[in-house]
Amino acid sequence: MFAYTIRRLFVGVIMLVAMSMVTFVLFFASPVDPAQFACGKNCSIEQRAQVRKGLGYDKPVYEQWKNFAVGVFKGRDYPEDKSLRKAAPQLVSHCGAPCLGYSRVNIANVTDEFKDRIPVSFSLAMVAFVMWIAGGVALGAIAALTKGSIIDRGLVGISLVFYAFPTFFVGLFLLKFLAIKWGLFPVPNYTKIGDGGVWTWFINLLLPGLTLALFYMAGYVRMTRAFVLESMSEDYLRTAQAKGAAPKRILFKHTMRAALTPLVTMAGLDLAGLLGGAVITESVFNYNGLGKLAVDSIQTFDLPTIVGLVLLLGAFVIIANIVVDVLYAFIDPRVRVG
Amino acid sequence: MSFLSVRDLVVHFKTVDGVVKATEGLSYELERGKTLGIVGESGSGKSVSSSAILGLHRGTNAQVSGEIFLDGVDLLKINDESIRRKRGREMAMIFQDPLSAMHPYYTVGNQIAEAYRIHNDVTKKQARARTIEMLDRVGIPQPDRRVDDYPHQFSGGMRQRAMIAMALINDPGLVIADEPTTALDVTVQAQILDLLQDLQREFNSAIIIITHDLGVVAEMADDVLVMYAGRAVEYGPCKEILVHPEMPYTWGLLSSVPDVVGDTDAKLIPIRGNPPSLLSPPPGCPFNPRCDHRDKVPGDLCRTTLPELTPARAGGNHVKRCHLANPDEVYATEVLPEIAPDMIEEQA
Repeated sequence: MFAYTIRRLFVGVIMLVAMSMVTFVLFFASPVDPAQFACGKNCSIEQRAQVRKGLGYDKPVYEQWKNFAVGVFKGRDYPEDKSLRKAAPQLVSHCGAPCLGYSRVNIANVTDEFKDRIPVSFSLAMVAFVMWIAGGVALGAIAALTKGSIIDRGLVGISLVFYAFPTFFVGLFLLKFLAIKWGLFPVPNYTKIGDGGVWTWFINLLLPGLTLALFYMAGYVRMTRAFVLESMSEDYLRTAQAKGAAPKRILFKHTMRAALTPLVTMAGLDLAGLLGGAVITESVFNYNGLGKLAVDSIQTFDLPTIVGLVLLLGAFVIIANIVVDVLYAFIDPRVRVG
Repeated sequence: MSFLSVRDLVVHFKTVDGVVKATEGLSYELERGKTLGIVGESGSGKSVSSSAILGLHRGTNAQVSGEIFLDGVDLLKINDESIRRKRGREMAMIFQDPLSAMHPYYTVGNQIAEAYRIHNDVTKKQARARTIEMLDRVGIPQPDRRVDDYPHQFSGGMRQRAMIAMALINDPGLVIADEPTTALDVTVQAQILDLLQDLQREFNSAIIIITHDLGVVAEMADDVLVMYAGRAVEYGPCKEILVHPEMPYTWGLLSSVPDVVGDTDAKLIPIRGNPPSLLSPPPGCPFNPRCDHRDKVPGDLCRTTLPELTPARAGGNHVKRCHLANPDEVYATEVLPEIAPDMIEEQA
């Protein structure tokens, strides 16, 4: 198991390296001039050339990547060009290791950009996760156990409706009606736990969390229902019945445990994806998370931020995959290696 | 009254296509220490009728009627909680495929101990000790180590032994083995049957063994019940049925058994046709479309009237459901010479 994990991590690192390379190539493959964006609207040709030099965009792609890769371990100094640095030492900024780059657009190190935004996306993901797992699994199990009844059909139908609604619609609806018009909730504004306590933090995450949760919950109700139904048709349930086990015992110990495995896999991967930020929800509620950062940095051609995000989100997904696979082996003894 | 007394058991399933008559008017008796072999093709109602004894059809779309007396109590009249308490304690079932019958996520020991702890107020340690004891009793080597293994780590034969341990851990009076050896190879099959017989002697349990293998029946059963299309078509002491069968379906079953050491002149004659639909069984005798001896019965009796269970020539407990007036003659002159000419020579 340990060797397996190490192997997976190693492959993961290689994947991250490949991802960063691809990002660099794609960035420069576009017809748009990134230096133009970094420079701003009223940019003369000389200024643009200077910006290009300062950001290092005039160097070949592979060299830029190499600088980036080295910078991850050793840290870097900006501007890129050594001669510029010598010319104006007071403008040199240092980016400590691990240096994921410096964003000219946001005038900050990429790592600093992340520092403030990661807690926002994480909190949103966590709150939504708890809500959709609790709701989705419970309702899905109920639907499976009352299969064919009006409860079952109602749950399935409602899930379909919520699954079909785009998140911006649900988000805007919740914001407009629940918060603004009817005043049932305060208008959400992200508050750190340190600033306002846990309750305030939670209440401000409730509406955006709900927006996400409703969508995911719909999917999980359907999936849980399918897994539980499949589990219920297994022979070992008949054995448990023949042993004289009580229905509750059969349900929880036998049926649900078997249905759990695929759910764990799904949940792990969904959560990982969400940790990288929920683009639409964050935009609707104006939460400065990684999702919003992603949209902004792509629109402004902010290469360092984009690369940083790609690596961060890639790392989340890779790690989540490894964790989920290892977890699976804990749950299902047939899958264990050795 | 016998230990197990099944009277007029009827099991119907209501489906969208109609009513499936899985079992019709089944009756038999069984004493402790004795074995009943139930034989029949797939779909003859063997498993359905036995599941009804354990009450496994409760809560499904099945309609069960009749009487099933186990040790004096009518199992069809008691409530769900009462029958649940009897399952695994007074009566137990061993299923066909031990791999799918066990939960893959729990150890074998856990699942066997569960059977013990459901019915006895014991600690985990005591249950574990009893489980190891049972595993040893069913012939599993190093039981104290294997008790913590998972089902997929056991071989087929060992898994079935573990299932037997699970079934017998509470000394049930009735054990129903539903095709326990079908999924196993022949050598292991013999071991499992030996084990069941040993345990029967030790615990004095009544065993119902459901099988389509006449060899198993010959080995283990005291009485044989031949089922076809949900009905009993022949019932009696094992030796009687095997040596003096009086129903064409039984003849067909005996004709279909390949004999490794038998006469090479003996023919293997399959029963033509297919089992009937239980949604709309044919009128009259359910076997009539496939019967070679229908013309020996005057009139159109086989096609129109369902035969009742009538005593065989030797009498006693042996009954058969057939219109033929002289089945023993037909068997001796027409069937036996084809399938076992060596037996005729012996008798002559």
